Amino acid sequence: MRHGVARFVTGFLALPVALYLFYVVWPFAQAAGYSLTDWGGYSDSQHFVGLDNYVRLLSDELIRKAFWHNVFFLVTVPLFTIALALFLAFLLNVGGREDRAGIRGVFGSGLYKVIFFFPQVLSLVVVAVMWQQIYRSDNQGLINGLLMKVGLVDPENPIAFTADPEPFLGVPAVLWWLLLIAVWSGAGFYMVLFSAAMQSIPKDIYEAAILDGAGRFHTFFKVTLPLLRETISVAWVYLGFIALDMYALVFVMTPSQGGPNHASEIFASVLNFTAFQKGQFGYACAMGVALAIFTILLAALQLRITRRDRIEF
Amino acid sequence: MSVTPEKPGDLSRRILLQRAAAAGLLAVPAAGLLSACAGSEPSKSDNNGGAAKSKDNPFGVKDGSAVKVVIFNGGLGDQWAKEDKTVFNAKHPNITVNMSSTQKIKTEEQPKMATQPSDLVMNSGADSMDRSTLINEGAIEPLDDLLTAPAWDGEGTVADTLLPGTVGDGTQNGKFYVVNVAYTVWGNWYNAALFKKEGWQAPTTWDEFFALAPKIKAKGMAPYVHDAVHGYYPRWGLFASIWKAVGKQAVIDIDNLKDGAWKVDGIVAALEPWEKMVKDKLLLPGNLNHTQSQQAWLDGKAAFIQVGTWLKNEMAATIPPGFELTLSDYWSNAGDKAAKDVFAGSGEGFVVPSKAPNKEAAKEFLRAILSKAGSAKFAELTKSLASTKGSGDNVQDSALASANALMKNASADLISVKFPDFYADLDKESQNLSEELMAGRLTAQQFVDKMQAAADKVAKDSSIKKQTRTA
Repeated sequence: MRHGVARFVTGFLALPVALYLFYVVWPFAQAAGYSLTDWGGYSDSQHFVGLDNYVRLLSDELIRKAFWHNVFFLVTVPLFTIALALFLAFLLNVGGREDRAGIRGVFGSGLYKVIFFFPQVLSLVVVAVMWQQIYRSDNQGLINGLLMKVGLVDPENPIAFTADPEPFLGVPAVLWWLLLIAVWSGAGFYMVLFSAAMQSIPKDIYEAAILDGAGRFHTFFKVTLPLLRETISVAWVYLGFIALDMYALVFVMTPSQGGPNHASEIFASVLNFTAFQKGQFGYACAMGVALAIFTILLAALQLRITRRDRIEF
Repeated sequence: MSVTPEKPGDLSRRILLQRAAAAGLLAVPAAGLLSACAGSEPSKSDNNGGAAKSKDNPFGVKDGSAVKVVIFNGGLGDQWAKEDKTVFNAKHPNITVNMSSTQKIKTEEQPKMATQPSDLVMNSGADSMDRSTLINEGAIEPLDDLLTAPAWDGEGTVADTLLPGTVGDGTQNGKFYVVNVAYTVWGNWYNAALFKKEGWQAPTTWDEFFALAPKIKAKGMAPYVHDAVHGYYPRWGLFASIWKAVGKQAVIDIDNLKDGAWKVDGIVAALEPWEKMVKDKLLLPGNLNHTQSQQAWLDGKAAFIQVGTWLKNEMAATIPPGFELTLSDYWSNAGDKAAKDVFAGSGEGFVVPSKAPNKEAAKEFLRAILSKAGSAKFAELTKSLASTKGSGDNVQDSALASANALMKNASADLISVKFPDFYADLDKESQNLSEELMAGRLTAQQFVDKMQAAADKVAKDSSIKKQTRTA
């Protein structure tokens, strides 16, 4: 019997694994190989240059700038998205009136759930194109147009949004505007994730807390948050990957794709320029490999830090 | 409720799913970036000789073969190319033309360049392949034999039929690589009907413009607008000013990365009117892109817009009735060295990949595009000039007529800038800095200093192959 099971499992897995190896793992390996060459991308001639591309990476000013912009997103995207998602999930599940029916969400929470989740069903490029209209910097832009009508924005001096490189808290404004989109489009999904986790917390724990006189503030910080720790940790890792990408938003939303004047340059935009404009595929592959290594290290670190005793209900 | 330590043995289904999803997602950002770099094994293209060569078939195209042509479907559309297909098939009914059109030339064609490229690619638009890279990598074919081939339906050779500058524009390192099929004139557009109604005179100098500007503003219009998202739009105007004020040699020196080329007397002064335009708030507020800014101009929100002659075709659907698109030359200053030189040249370049399986047919198709019949259709359909002589002779159109008139009064030298084609880094920096200057974040002096620094950086970088411009 066991023999048959093994054959059954192998039969199911062989094809997906083969496809995965060929279409995912093999290109990865190829890219790593190209990163050790001076391949330009348009011919079949290439020379082995060893680790030259990686050495060059360390002294590349643009890459350094892009790296710090990615770090900015790496810190802020998970922080704001999770905070907002937790807040919404708490309100929708346990933030409502406390009565004899026990714990419930605020009035109309089912509808809110659908609304908040909605951005998740849109592709990131669609989201970016939509936000282009919202951020448009004349009176036809949704925000600028409204604010001009009520007289809060001077038509001679509209809000520049993603064309604004002026630093806010030491970070170019364009990055903050991009962050807003990332958080808006991400929060809904994590709200649903946290909602599901919250619903699996037994109601009697809350009831006990309420009986002991805990208000919403204490229920959240003393009961909900500790019991969601594991889910939040996973969300943090996911959002970290999203923060390291951000390519679609930068590509569609910013002037000269990484502008104005490199103010929103990220790893992926520099990589794209190096490969496809400058025709230095070898060097661009080295950037890709470096980013992949960085991502893996980060994920490993994150999972290690948050590993902890698990509570079973 | 119990508290248990997490051991591999009691890995719950939920944890397993979380981990698996995490591992899957881990691959996502890296996958896109990494697989972008991966290619496939190169295959050798076989060239099994061609048919006999003749005056009607100078490249020896084989009957029964097929040719794959990729058209950039941008501001000019792609209908004109379909007409060229008809012209081609009239002479070669047994050759199949597989024509496709796209806006994503680089995205779709670059991955095939090293292995199995299309035969003829119109390398144009924002998503086009870097020309110097193509040439340096030996990825595209020199087309000097096309120039010496007989013209499709006229006297002389193909070269004889081309407008001035077309051969030079397509030449790099002494060889002719890029066949530009459109002829573009750049300048400041205005609505002649509006100017007549208001009694405004279209300015020819900066002084006249700055005198007219307050009158335009009084009508609730911005005097000027341009695409502020793609840096090469404002860059045209900046370089027109440099060329007109300091002369051709100054721009040639800039293109050749000559030491101190940006520090030549007069360059800062040439750019100062643009700085003044920003400082005096004569630009339409907002960072509009090309179509948004062009629409704003058509809607009467701004009096002038700087762009090329593809404008009419690009905006054809939304031009209000009675709106007379009229092109005028970039403004100059008294004492300019080359005030009469016009910013014009050929563009929309076709290339033949070195590994293309049917290069003969690709060249033959180019001959058809450059034919009299094909060029006339091009001008008629796109309201732009073709790069061949006399293409617009029979087209009635105010935009085309004003461009024609401008070219008639132009001196022999045409304004052109080569370094953006030569060096991708400098192209990007100059676009960024042009945007910054026109956003008021740089003065003309700072712009010049930063351009010099960027040029020096490219000049010193030994990994970048250097190009030379002679004329």
